[in-house]
Amino acid sequence: MPYMMAGYPDWESSSAVAEAYAESADLVELGVPFSDPLADGPTIHAAATAALAVGATLETALEICEEIGERVPVVFMVYANMVLAHGGADVFARRALAAGAAGAIVPDLPLEEAEGVRTAFDDAGLALVPLVAPTTPAERRARICAAARGFVYVVSTVGTTGERDELPAELAGLISATKEDAEVPVAVGFGIGTPGQAAEVGRVADGVIVGSRLVRAAGEAGSADAAAEAVGSFLRETRVALGS
Amino acid sequence: MSAVEERFGPYGGRYVPETLIAALDELAAAWAEAREDPEFRERLATLHRDFIGRPTPLYLAERLSEKTGRTVYLKREDLAHTGAHKINNAVGQVLLAQRMGKPRVIAETGAGQHGVATATACALFGLECVVYMGSEDIRRQRPNVERMGLLGAEVVPVDAGARTLKEAVSAAIRDWVANVETTHYVIGSAVGPAPFPALVRDLQRVIGEEAREQALAAEGSLPSRVIACVGGGSNSIGIFTPFVDDAGVELIGVEAAGEGLDTDRHGASLGKGSTGVLHGSLSSVIADEEGQILEAHSISAGLDYPGVGPEHAFLRDSGRASYFAVTDAQALSAFSELSRLEGIIPALESSHAIAWLLENGGGAGYDVLCLSGRGDKDLAEVIERGAGGGAGG
Repeated sequence: MPYMMAGYPDWESSSAVAEAYAESADLVELGVPFSDPLADGPTIHAAATAALAVGATLETALEICEEIGERVPVVFMVYANMVLAHGGADVFARRALAAGAAGAIVPDLPLEEAEGVRTAFDDAGLALVPLVAPTTPAERRARICAAARGFVYVVSTVGTTGERDELPAELAGLISATKEDAEVPVAVGFGIGTPGQAAEVGRVADGVIVGSRLVRAAGEAGSADAAAEAVGSFLRETRVALGS
Repeated sequence: MSAVEERFGPYGGRYVPETLIAALDELAAAWAEAREDPEFRERLATLHRDFIGRPTPLYLAERLSEKTGRTVYLKREDLAHTGAHKINNAVGQVLLAQRMGKPRVIAETGAGQHGVATATACALFGLECVVYMGSEDIRRQRPNVERMGLLGAEVVPVDAGARTLKEAVSAAIRDWVANVETTHYVIGSAVGPAPFPALVRDLQRVIGEEAREQALAAEGSLPSRVIACVGGGSNSIGIFTPFVDDAGVELIGVEAAGEGLDTDRHGASLGKGSTGVLHGSLSSVIADEEGQILEAHSISAGLDYPGVGPEHAFLRDSGRASYFAVTDAQALSAFSELSRLEGIIPALESSHAIAWLLENGGGAGYDVLCLSGRGDKDLAEVIERGAGGGAGG
């Protein structure tokens, strides 16, 4: 389940990356650039800033979703202020659905703040995917899983998004516990940057999300074709490692 | 034990990554307990008196009164240790961090006053201190950067965005997300996710409690207006709070109009903002139609912020407080004016409140104005703008 930032490093490259994802991903996490992305580490933060600088907007993300949404499920990664702007959660949900999206992850909308947005998404038929963190107490985790739509996103490590050398030893336990709480699939993200790490997580989780590593590859590629080739080969290697 | 407020009308809340929720719950519980614990209160009161130098004077500014045509008292937070009201919050929160067993403290700073205050409190309690500061603010507030270093704090430059307060807060929040188990984040204003807006207000209301008592003692009646500058809004919420139930007292907040409210270079989150989420709470923010947060602008680093505390948004909507804005030029002129009239060099932040007063004098009753900090830190910036007086000035 690869992540990409809409409009990064430019429209053509991000469109090419989306096409590559549509070929070989099970689900695409599509980042909507935001000025103040608190859950993101340096790589995705810089990508959001760069995408905004070249004029990317929510509209850019919607257009990319329209291009690939019929071939692969698309879930937006979008910050709360962008859901609440544009006329509110109802309007956001209708626009996302019209573009062919399956759901949205709102990383700064914890359980207590989510009810109104979830209702609006439910009415429209868009899944609000919640997050569980290593710091989430067990009782709270169960409540988050009970309200989950689509899948549960397990944050692998205490921190923001970004590649890490090692994943915490406690991760397998967190994934198993979340799977017991959840009736929907459990995917894991944050800090997974190599096919080996993906395979390690994939042995326990239902889905593996790779973000910063692929954003970095797209940014460093230098052209749209090279970006598509770079992310495509990473995905193929990861598939081999996952044995899927 | 009463719970710490999370919402002020529709505003406030906790719009942060899930990773932080447990820490915010822990903080809210710790504060609900500490603020009613006689031992904690006694320790804080002793620090107020012996370390910060409270109560700060309520000073009858006679020449300023003459100039404005009404009686004006200045609440002298500029005389608090480290030179601004920020120390009230920093000492309280670092004392709380120590009580919670957190060995590491982080903070953001704009003008540098909150960074210096937090570094000071950490030195006092022997805690590790890391301060995030935009590199543009580091440039314009050099003396405070040197001070933080002397006090043993590490200052981390933030190069994102406009390299000012907004990005410093974001960097501090990201650090907190990564180190939440060992670290307390001493946020510098009445902003951020709950319980911070209420926690910071509780720690700053000492300004208003003292001022109210001192004003009654001096005049035998309550002031007709209480005036304070508003960036994130901690000195203002601190002085407003004890007067909120006094229906006859007008509460006036003064925001930064920067280069003018009709330009896109200002910091008037309440006057020109819209409802939105910034740094973990729903409040009034300066954003575009897409929901992207815009850069604020003010000559004063402490008011150079596109958001504001959620309780101010509530006080604005309810009509209990009124908010106005003054420009960089007006603030600079008030900076010089107060220096010459009263022998007090005010912070550029506080100069905004003075500037509003200078334009709104006369009439019955008297005023209490929060002089939130001293202006030594601003000398370089003011001199660079050629507004510092001096030869031929």
